[in-house]
Amino acid sequence: MAAATSVWRQPSILPGFGIALGITLSALSLIVLVPLAALALKAASAGPADILAVATSPRTVAALRLSFLGALFAACVNAVFGMILAWVLVRYEFPGRRFIDAAVDLPFALPTAVAGIALTAIYAPNGWVGSLLAPYGIKVAYTPLGVMVALIFVGLPFVVRTVQPVLQEMQADVEEAAALLGAGRWRTIFTVILPPIYPALLTGFVLAFARAVGEYGSVIFIAGNVPMVSEIAPLLIVIRLEQFDYAGAAVVAMLMLLISFALILFVNLIQARARRRFGDV
Amino acid sequence: MSDAALPQFRTDTAQKRDTRRVRGEGVVVQAVLITISLAFLALFLLLPLVSVFVEAGARGWTAYMAAVTEPDAVAAIHLTLLVAGIAVPFNVVVGIAAAWAIAKFAFRGKNLLISLIDLPFSVSPVISGLVFVLLFGAQGYFGAWLKAHDVQIIFALPGLVLATVFVTFPFVARELIPHMQSLGSADEEAALTLGASGWRTFLTITLPNVKWSLFYGVLLCNARAMGEFGAVAVVSGKIRGLTNTMPLHVEILYNEYMSAAAFAVASLLAGLALVTLALKTLLEWHYSDSIAASRRH
Repeated sequence: MAAATSVWRQPSILPGFGIALGITLSALSLIVLVPLAALALKAASAGPADILAVATSPRTVAALRLSFLGALFAACVNAVFGMILAWVLVRYEFPGRRFIDAAVDLPFALPTAVAGIALTAIYAPNGWVGSLLAPYGIKVAYTPLGVMVALIFVGLPFVVRTVQPVLQEMQADVEEAAALLGAGRWRTIFTVILPPIYPALLTGFVLAFARAVGEYGSVIFIAGNVPMVSEIAPLLIVIRLEQFDYAGAAVVAMLMLLISFALILFVNLIQARARRRFGDV
Repeated sequence: MSDAALPQFRTDTAQKRDTRRVRGEGVVVQAVLITISLAFLALFLLLPLVSVFVEAGARGWTAYMAAVTEPDAVAAIHLTLLVAGIAVPFNVVVGIAAAWAIAKFAFRGKNLLISLIDLPFSVSPVISGLVFVLLFGAQGYFGAWLKAHDVQIIFALPGLVLATVFVTFPFVARELIPHMQSLGSADEEAALTLGASGWRTFLTITLPNVKWSLFYGVLLCNARAMGEFGAVAVVSGKIRGLTNTMPLHVEILYNEYMSAAAFAVASLLAGLALVTLALKTLLEWHYSDSIAASRRH
């Protein structure tokens, strides 16, 4: 019996560790790790000169810039409105609150292609919202602004869903203490309520950002897809693939993954520092 | 003495007002914040959803029925159900196995394993499809071998299933792991001590304990599997009636300017999303204790 335990695992009377871990590792390797390794291999096999040529080509740079800056902008918008939404859902009573609470998760459930054509229909110059903006010379669909609209849609639930539970569990007494000690409402909000929420807000921000960077389905319909202007990085990968430029597609994909992972790692480090200051929230 | 000299004797209403002043915002601020929230949701969620159904019905009921019953649409519906029917059970088995290993045992490298299981969430759907083209496509690493043995993966069902399994890989596991971790192993240990076999313990103790979070995970996994676009777009080849799933069929119709037909098929997917959302909300309302995972995905 004791033979199964080692420095790698604490002893347990429960059976099935071997088979459970075996299934997990096999599936993980075959479905996720080996394919991603193949991507890295393909990108590396292009050779330094070609990698550099793809990475510095104006079209690649423009596409990456649009994807990352667009995702950053959308995540910022979602951070602000997600914060307000979470606040309203937790603190206020109003008719339809539970319905709205449930509706926030719609972007998780609605297929991206459906969201894409629906947003295009609304924000096109002859759509419900687009026709209101057209007289002011504002074009949303088929411009980089349309890309932002789609990215805001897909990232909408993340900040709400990470901030909401923290706000819910916050004790009333700290706010009351702040007020009794003479702090005004705004001062209480910014110095007492918000600081413990920042780590959750940052988590939601990163999740929304990561989702938006790679988003494809909801964007391509509304973007217009003009190279150098409204062409996102995932679309450039698809275009390279359709031209049978496997190495080119792999290099752009690898660049996307590396930049994303570096950013996520950077934010996790900030997060770890914040956790030490405010406790595990 | 006047009332002003005795501030401690105040009416209930005045006290209530003061409590709110200490721990809340004024009516005007509340109204403004609620209005901002509702306007934001209307603009980004409600209008798109309503527009799907309005546009779908733009050409009338007959055109709607024709669009969703024409052979290519029916083939797309069948294919979507088939792909989800393979990918979801696969991820259920792997998700349960992963949760059992991670939640019930203490071993080194556990956090790394959890991060790797979550990895597909941080990978663009397009890249999730691309990796399989690089492996199994005509010019991929195994392309020549597959061709010689007359096996087709890319532009065929296996490719669609692989890409779908990749993007939905974390869903079941990440619902089950926190729930099983919070339950601990005491029940299972008692069953084993009383002489139950490992399988019996799992089937009669563990599985009933986590059934609602499992269902929750399956629900989200299935919604993503049926609605996935980017990953399957790359591996499908979009051959009508053969490798077109519902979301891809929507794209083709839309790009051919058959807007009403595209929205008709899209309305089926939107209906699926609404059913998913309703079931998910019911689970959260009635079994919130049995769904340990935080509600972010």
